[in-house]
Amino acid sequence: MTGGVSQEVLARVVREHAGRLAASLVSLLGDFSAAEDLVQDAVETALRRWPAEGVPERPDAWLFTVARRRGLDVLRRESNYRAKLARLTWPAPAAPDDRLRLIFTCCHPALSRAAQIALTLRVVCGLSTAQIAAAFLVPESTVAQRITRAKRKIGEAGIPYRIPAGEELPRRVGEVLAVIYLLFNEGYLSSTAERAQARDLVDDAEWLAALLANLVPREPEVAGLLALIRLHRARGAARFDAQGHLVLLADQDRGLWDRQAIEQATALLTRAARGHRRPGPYQLQAAIVACHAEAATFAETDWAQILVLYDMLLHLAPSPVTRLHRAVALRHVKGPEAALAELADLGEVLERYPLFHATRAELLRELGRREQARRADERALELTANPAQQALLEQRLGWD
Amino acid sequence: MKYVLMFVETEEFAAQLEAMGELEQQAAYAAVGQWFADHAGQITHHTHLAPVHTATTVRLDQGEPVVTDGPFVEGKEVVSGFAEVEVADLDEALRIARSWPACPVVEIRPVA
Repeated sequence: MTGGVSQEVLARVVREHAGRLAASLVSLLGDFSAAEDLVQDAVETALRRWPAEGVPERPDAWLFTVARRRGLDVLRRESNYRAKLARLTWPAPAAPDDRLRLIFTCCHPALSRAAQIALTLRVVCGLSTAQIAAAFLVPESTVAQRITRAKRKIGEAGIPYRIPAGEELPRRVGEVLAVIYLLFNEGYLSSTAERAQARDLVDDAEWLAALLANLVPREPEVAGLLALIRLHRARGAARFDAQGHLVLLADQDRGLWDRQAIEQATALLTRAARGHRRPGPYQLQAAIVACHAEAATFAETDWAQILVLYDMLLHLAPSPVTRLHRAVALRHVKGPEAALAELADLGEVLERYPLFHATRAELLRELGRREQARRADERALELTANPAQQALLEQRLGWD
Repeated sequence: MKYVLMFVETEEFAAQLEAMGELEQQAAYAAVGQWFADHAGQITHHTHLAPVHTATTVRLDQGEPVVTDGPFVEGKEVVSGFAEVEVADLDEALRIARSWPACPVVEIRPVA
């Protein structure tokens, strides 16, 4: 045993083994809820004891022993599990697909998105209710209730513990990717003040995407999302300055970007795109980020290529926010007038979206319409609750 | 597991059906008939309800039973019928519900 374990190491070990244990136990017991309770119990015991005692040499076996012992205690009254539990040994019979089944069950479309997220973090990543609550800034009781309800629904509504077959698989993979993408965004877009907690979510999202990419290698969108997350992370060191303020892409110190990680992620994306020729929203978004990441300076950004990618993205997944981002690319290809004209159509749908007003402000300022620019920035400031964005806007208003 | 699929109609759907020509209406009914035939192996029971204007509601929570005209919730969406199916799990019930060719909403509930 090794003592003095950092939280980071602990989180990694728990995430790696809790999901595996949960998958095996659900499989063996055939009862999602019971298995999940046993795993959480083992995880909580580990989180209490490992910081002092160190991580055991075989964390998986340790967690399993605790789960099994706890199971025997709890289920003393319920003889059907008792016989099964008594026979269980670790490692459980190898079933490489078990964790995939677990992910698909947690992300079943019959569960609400909030429940899918909470359940995935809890069951697949082994996070505690308190950790999930902290990451999403909601009361712990809310998370606990979501998880309890979701588990009840899985049992009572007959949600199967199964990898969807055939034509259903791509749709269900899409559901899982949406959950991972939301986790990533929640972590990535959070401000510095929240970053200590939120970084875990970005970590979890990358880990889940990598796990999924291993388990479902034939879906290029999975590789696309993994590449997207890794490309964003590769530039992470330049996103905030020493004071914790958000730094705009144009002003970032590109020397801080992790070039090797960028190359690897780009290669992953290229392999997926060339190997399958099935472009999708995640691959396209990753390709856009790759264009930015590959430019040595902001001035060398290949905006024409980015504009093409946005057009493809809009074709596959039309959305006003994507149109807003496309307008930014358009500004660099055709100038601020053209971009502003694009935004005119979006005013109604994006009225409450701070980035819409901030983008408009930039374009107006570039065109010398300072008073209008100022009003747009003020509107953006009213709408954003994110401290990093607030700081940036305040700074910009201060320059006027 | 047994599930009940509740077929939910909307005003818009009813109006569309009403506005159809006779041939189109026949085709729509034929599609429903085909759906029942396709899933005959899973459907254990099914019923089509008379239109919502025939509904009568009795409220029992106000001292005396109160009888009123109409459904218990006045809404744009009303249950127009249901089918009970016997399948392995929710995914199979969902597959059946997805292929339903008529009214726009289907609620799936396990039979307790």
